[in-house]
Amino acid sequence: MIRLAAIFSLMICVAFSMYAQHNHDGHDHSGHDHSTQDHSGHDHSAHASKTEAHGDEHGGCGHHAAFDVAETAMHHISDANVYSIGPLQIPLPIMLKSDDGWELGMSSKFHPDLLGHGDGHLGHNRYVLHGGIVKRIADASFPMGEFDVEGFMHSEEKIGGKKKDVTYVCTGDAMHKLEQKSTFDGGLFGGGMSSYKDFSLTKNVTSMLIVCLFLFWIFRRAAKAYKKQDGEAPKGLQGMLETFVLFIRDEVAIPFLGHNWEKYFTFLLSIFFFILGLNLFGQIPFFGGSNVTGNLAVTMVLALLTFLITNFSGNAHYWKHLLVAPGVPFIVKLIIIPVELMGLFIKPLTLMLRLFANITAGHIVMVVFIGFIFIFGKSGESLVGAGGAAVGSTLLTMFMMAIELIVALVQAFVFTILTASYIGAATEEAH
Amino acid sequence: MLFVLLDFSPIKPDFGLFFWTVLIFLIFWFLMGKMAFGPIKDALKKRENDIQDALDESKKAREEMANMKSENAKMQAQANDDRAKILQEAKDMKNSIINEAKDKAKEEANKIVANAKIEIDNQRKAAVNDIKNQAGVMAIEIAESLIKKNLKGDAEQEGLVNTLVDKFNLN
Repeated sequence: MIRLAAIFSLMICVAFSMYAQHNHDGHDHSGHDHSTQDHSGHDHSAHASKTEAHGDEHGGCGHHAAFDVAETAMHHISDANVYSIGPLQIPLPIMLKSDDGWELGMSSKFHPDLLGHGDGHLGHNRYVLHGGIVKRIADASFPMGEFDVEGFMHSEEKIGGKKKDVTYVCTGDAMHKLEQKSTFDGGLFGGGMSSYKDFSLTKNVTSMLIVCLFLFWIFRRAAKAYKKQDGEAPKGLQGMLETFVLFIRDEVAIPFLGHNWEKYFTFLLSIFFFILGLNLFGQIPFFGGSNVTGNLAVTMVLALLTFLITNFSGNAHYWKHLLVAPGVPFIVKLIIIPVELMGLFIKPLTLMLRLFANITAGHIVMVVFIGFIFIFGKSGESLVGAGGAAVGSTLLTMFMMAIELIVALVQAFVFTILTASYIGAATEEAH
Repeated sequence: MLFVLLDFSPIKPDFGLFFWTVLIFLIFWFLMGKMAFGPIKDALKKRENDIQDALDESKKAREEMANMKSENAKMQAQANDDRAKILQEAKDMKNSIINEAKDKAKEEANKIVANAKIEIDNQRKAAVNDIKNQAGVMAIEIAESLIKKNLKGDAEQEGLVNTLVDKFNLN
């Protein structure tokens, strides 16, 4: 009973801390003109008039946007160049590569507010920090060196018949278009090939490092315990980890891989604990809620490794089955071989998307539930609405967090067991 | 709203994050395999083997114990048998000794009897011979007396002879 009460009060705390953070985001996504943080040298009315030409419909640099839960959720699940815990913005190292060379240092060099939402007040070599993410001014003729940033503005523009979302940065004299972040999609989802590549130790990379170091530490301790207490029954941490290791061995590795399970065992364990650790890490309240396994780049790497290992360990039987389909009539072969070949790539693709979608969905649902507080509270206007929604959303969030714990475990398990089954199918002997 | 959705969205795989994930995961995999998962896997295997060995050993010991027990029982039975046999043998020997003794005694007795018979026979023969001899002497004496009487008359002689013959009836 006491424990339940403790959890409930913790949830209330989470709700209010999120309130603090998202209220912030919701109020002024496009600027740094907080009532609490009045920076000298920023004349709101001045650049509001300057941006009038661009942002008549979308609002200028000084525009106050209404709380948008989707926007908040998307911001929450994205990677960033700062590690944000609540409104606290912890700077992270940046490593940006462009034709002009490397841009190195900490993200604090863009002068974001320590308690804010990650908009830098200073630009450097065309780079700016917007929403905790480093971006670059598209105009190549923009002078190098430091410059003041007064705010940001979003707008929707038609480029080549397609609606594109463009962000502008307001400097002292004008507005400058920002490049889209460089991605693998070739502009398919609105990204593009920008003039720079971001190799920074972002929030996700930092989370990965923290989780990997933590996992290494606990497993190293467990491994040492086996040496130290040789011949004794396992206990404590060692016993807890052993449960998982034995589960993966007896329920995943041996049933799917048969006699050569040992060859792939460390890979399966690494995949499982890497995913599980990051899934759970993202759910720790007050810890940034980083969405690492809900990022396509991360799941892509894991799926790609599964794909490579599966196909590099594929035996003659597997390839024959795939490319020749013995014992199948010719007409059916015409259908089955292309399907099998497609399956070769669809399998890792589904691995990548399943994990990404499940974890991202969990994070979004959590933010949306918390967002109810602001929707019902009309962004601070209705205290009664906010209070009522706080109770409701706390209960809902508690429920979701419980489910997300299961999802974290299930998704790690599903990824591992599917990997094992793909490798198992590729290494199976002919019968 | 839509612009943020597209601008911030993690559906766009970022190149830098991809690079770092590859690097971190490969190092993680390598180090964990070498220093954590590998040793744990080996330790688990070793422990399972040890347990299996211990079980096998105890099973073997139990079997050995059972074997020893049955051997003991067998030995006891054997000893019992041996004892019974020895007793039987002793009994047999006793009987045979007794019988033998009896036979010998009988034989001896028979021998004694036979010897006695022979002796008696001999004695009788000797006696007969003696009688014969005496009869001879008597006959001579009779004959002597007859001769002497012959000189007196026949009738008297004859009467004399008859009385003598009756007197010395040879049997």
